[in-house]
Amino acid sequence: MKLRGRAVLLPADVDTDQIIAGRYLRTRDPSTWAAHAFEDLDPTLAARLAGSVLVAGANFGCGSSREQAARALRDAGVVAVIAPTFARIFFRNAVNLGLPVGEAALDCVDGETVELDLEAGTARAESRTPVACRPLSPRMQEILEAGGLVELLRRQV
Amino acid sequence: MPTLSERILAAPAGTCVDRRVDRAFVHDGTGVLTLGTFRTIGRPLATPERLSVLFDHLAPANTSVTADLQADLRRFATEHGLFFTDVGEGICHQLMGEGHVLPGEVVIGADSHTCTLGAFGAFATGVGATDMAAIWATGETWLRVPETVRIDLQGRFEGATEAKDLALTYVGRLGMDGATYRALEFVGEGTMALSIAGRMTCANLAIEAGAKAGLFYADEVTRRYLAAFGHEVACQQPDEGEYAQELAIDLGDVEPVVALPGRVDAVRPVATLEETPVDQVFVGTCTNGRFEDLERLAAHLRGRRVRVRTVVVPASRRTLLEAVRAGVVERLLESGCTIGPPGCGPCLGTHLGVIGEGEVCLSTANRNFKNRMGVGGEIYLGSVATAAATALAGVIRSPEVPS
Ligand code: SF4
Repeated sequence: MKLRGRAVLLPADVDTDQIIAGRYLRTRDPSTWAAHAFEDLDPTLAARLAGSVLVAGANFGCGSSREQAARALRDAGVVAVIAPTFARIFFRNAVNLGLPVGEAALDCVDGETVELDLEAGTARAESRTPVACRPLSPRMQEILEAGGLVELLRRQV
Repeated sequence: MPTLSERILAAPAGTCVDRRVDRAFVHDGTGVLTLGTFRTIGRPLATPERLSVLFDHLAPANTSVTADLQADLRRFATEHGLFFTDVGEGICHQLMGEGHVLPGEVVIGADSHTCTLGAFGAFATGVGATDMAAIWATGETWLRVPETVRIDLQGRFEGATEAKDLALTYVGRLGMDGATYRALEFVGEGTMALSIAGRMTCANLAIEAGAKAGLFYADEVTRRYLAAFGHEVACQQPDEGEYAQELAIDLGDVEPVVALPGRVDAVRPVATLEETPVDQVFVGTCTNGRFEDLERLAAHLRGRRVRVRTVVVPASRRTLLEAVRAGVVERLLESGCTIGPPGCGPCLGTHLGVIGEGEVCLSTANRNFKNRMGVGGEIYLGSVATAAATALAGVIRSPEVPS
């Protein structure tokens, strides 16, 4: 699986409250989450997410188990998320929802094209040499390739 | 020789296992999403007798949208005979800890603070809604057996120091992602000085260091506690496992601390922050809302009036009843505290004690992220004793030992 998109740079320790604030969680319409992504961090970010690859600092997605965080990013059109480390619940949630994640320390500038190659286990910013990604477990690869855990379970019926 | 996580999951660290889930629970927040996803999977419930639904986050409901979402989940839970607790019963982690989690079990909650239940020698960890929906449909989940950070506790607390200070201290030492993908295991003679309430406080903050679980071995204290709920359990003997990291803490060296707004690992001695003005004090949550905490709050207040609004939210109905029967509630009311219904209260910033722009809250909770208790508000995290001293002074103060 190869993912390409425009880099959107984010700091370290972005928590799930910053990805989607608690005040938006209760709604009859889950499609509203994408529009509020990162609102408390930078209200202009949501408009730049379609077609982007998020390149974040360490410990991305720490905090609550709210799956709305991964879902808001997926629904906003984020292609993949790259960070040196992720908080584990966010990492699982992203994979379960079919949002590709790569653990790598990627050096790049905001807006440049980056590529995450899950088979090769690399992440690369346009004009530079690729860096290694920590390999996903076979289980996680299987879930991602199916398009998420729900899809995988439905196929198994 | 295995660590406690390896023993419970029956595999060495680093391996992925498929494991039957002994107990799985959701709350009104994550339950709504779980139910939606479960419906799209389109299978029946695999093990309804092992599933719980506990309303605590927005309980009683704050808006009609919340009420509608809760009504659907309530109907589903009661129709399918799940273990269900409605508004006013209390916080999921506390309720599960009132006799529904046993040593050696695998417990999965759709909430990040599920690690609290490691206080009983169980492997307890949090997941998101899709993982939980899959558990509803299959009765199982997959887990990577974590490496373990061993935290060796020696000695006894001195002065007004309590389990919360220990918890903040270890998070400060490990850092917010210092134990990511790992389990914490609390061992050493110092664990004997910790009650079940104190152990739950300690295990509760494991996730704030990124950990997957925080475990105490079941001992005499655990046995006695669970016997009161009609369970006969055996003690777990610690082995010498292989640890990824070791941390030694002498409880006698732990001092009263607070975490600065924004980061749980920005831990400082309370003494260095004295006189910082606060607008609200909050005592409660799955970290510090138990009977012991309320009782300690009353002991520290000693009938004096609080100088800032002080919101107290018991963790469960049982906790509140105990506090009523012991006269603790009367003392808190006389001191000027406001008592909320058992549940999460203002912890997640949606009702019953939200703070305003520029306001400061000293809270006994576990999380102080930006805007969590209200947009533009700041949260300092501290112990019950520090909360009491701060409530009396209207500014952050070091706790005194109650006479
Ligand atoms: S009390 Fe706070 S931290 Fe605990 S479960 Fe409720 S919202 Fe989460």
